[in-house]
Amino acid sequence: MKRHLLSIDDVSADDAATLFATAAEMHDVQKRQVKKLPALRGRTIINLFFEDSTRTRSSFEIAGKWLSADTINIAAKGSSASKGESLRDTVLTIAAMGVDALVMRHPASGAALQVSQWVDAAVLNAGDGTHEHPTQALLDAYTLQRRLGSLEGRHVAIVGDLTHSRVFRSNVKLLTKLGAEVTVVAPPTLMPSGVGSWSAEAGFATAYDLDEVLPTADAVMMLRVQRERMSGGFFPSAREYTVGYGLTRDRLAVLGPDVPICHPGPMNRGLEIAADAADAAQSLVLEQVSAGVAVRMAILYHLLAGDDA
Amino acid sequence: MSAESDAVAPEGRTVLEPGDIARALTRISHEILERNKGAGDLVLLGIPSRGVPLARRIAARIKDVEGVAVPVGALDVTMYRDDLRRHPARSPHPTDVPPGGVDGRTVVLVDDVLYSGRTVRSALDALNDLGRPDVVRLAVLVDRGHRELPIRADHVGKNLPSARTERVMVRLADVDDLEGVWISS
Repeated sequence: MKRHLLSIDDVSADDAATLFATAAEMHDVQKRQVKKLPALRGRTIINLFFEDSTRTRSSFEIAGKWLSADTINIAAKGSSASKGESLRDTVLTIAAMGVDALVMRHPASGAALQVSQWVDAAVLNAGDGTHEHPTQALLDAYTLQRRLGSLEGRHVAIVGDLTHSRVFRSNVKLLTKLGAEVTVVAPPTLMPSGVGSWSAEAGFATAYDLDEVLPTADAVMMLRVQRERMSGGFFPSAREYTVGYGLTRDRLAVLGPDVPICHPGPMNRGLEIAADAADAAQSLVLEQVSAGVAVRMAILYHLLAGDDA
Repeated sequence: MSAESDAVAPEGRTVLEPGDIARALTRISHEILERNKGAGDLVLLGIPSRGVPLARRIAARIKDVEGVAVPVGALDVTMYRDDLRRHPARSPHPTDVPPGGVDGRTVVLVDDVLYSGRTVRSALDALNDLGRPDVVRLAVLVDRGHRELPIRADHVGKNLPSARTERVMVRLADVDDLEGVWISS
């Protein structure tokens, strides 16, 4: 493992296998009465979030605490960042307190990489703008692998607001690295520009018609429509988006009962995913959340437990 | 102990042949039963990697003698080691607690080599997070001395006086394709 986790580019297929094996052991710890391992005793982890987050932040916090690290949350609202302090000053101030890891979410793409060049602590990217969200991709792949046995040759459809999605970017990289066949589906307005050359190079497919893709899918990953990042009209109406790209009750019937459904959350029920699909037996949404803690424990352990750097 | 699986016998002097290991485990099994006055409430927990097959073999012998299938599990200590920071992070092995748990039981920890005692200390911490056994005992195939902590084994296959510079290597047919104990300088 590299020192920081900024992008899926930092994670080899072997690293992913190591992380998943460790995560499986961590998953068992969640079932114990005493959910505590001493591996990171005396380490300090700061969750520095410049964007709203519930599950990622609490998941990292629980993961750190179950490994006996001291975890502290700093939200940008109410911090000196809202008083006009620069990112560099904020980060250097926190680093000067002697932290071992900085878990960071920031609206600017590349923020985690930039910060990793300023501080000695290990930096974990918990989402940077529309760039990457590597821990989400790792927990998605872990969850799918547990359900499907292996990802090799399995067809995964990633559907939704791709333009604004860091989850999609990290997932495409990781899933193809693990041997899955990936098709990404979006309305033309939400398909990122330049995706053509990237998909040709990275070996994934693009499609605009969800109903053509679903019959051959071994797993479906629905993405959230990120209205907070949308300034203009990317689609005429919510209703029209659902008709074209939502996982509706009719499409659920096409999928059949054995194809797992993922969603990184938070879900817009009735927009990109129907309640029937979100609550179906094949929905992995809550498994993803519990896997999130196990996978983040594995990541924190492998990045922080080793020799004092 | 190193974990490389290698059909070529390690260099050095042979200390235990496969027959010696079998006899030592048979004796340990009888000692455990004698000490416990039977197989009641016993749980055997092997410390990965080679303590686990040893625990299974002891359980098989107890079954031969008493006709009782004693619960066998694995207790990983990776995350409890006191030298975690000195090495790159190692992947944990599975911890597998038998369905009945350890509360109120007599737990016998099983490992291949007892040396500094630090692994056993980690195991006691790990056990503490799983429950509260009535009694914890320790069975090892080889005790090579040089303890760094006040820890001793209850059941020992062979006491092996060694120098700190020497290496003791245990190979078990279940995991290594060959069997025996060797010592080399």
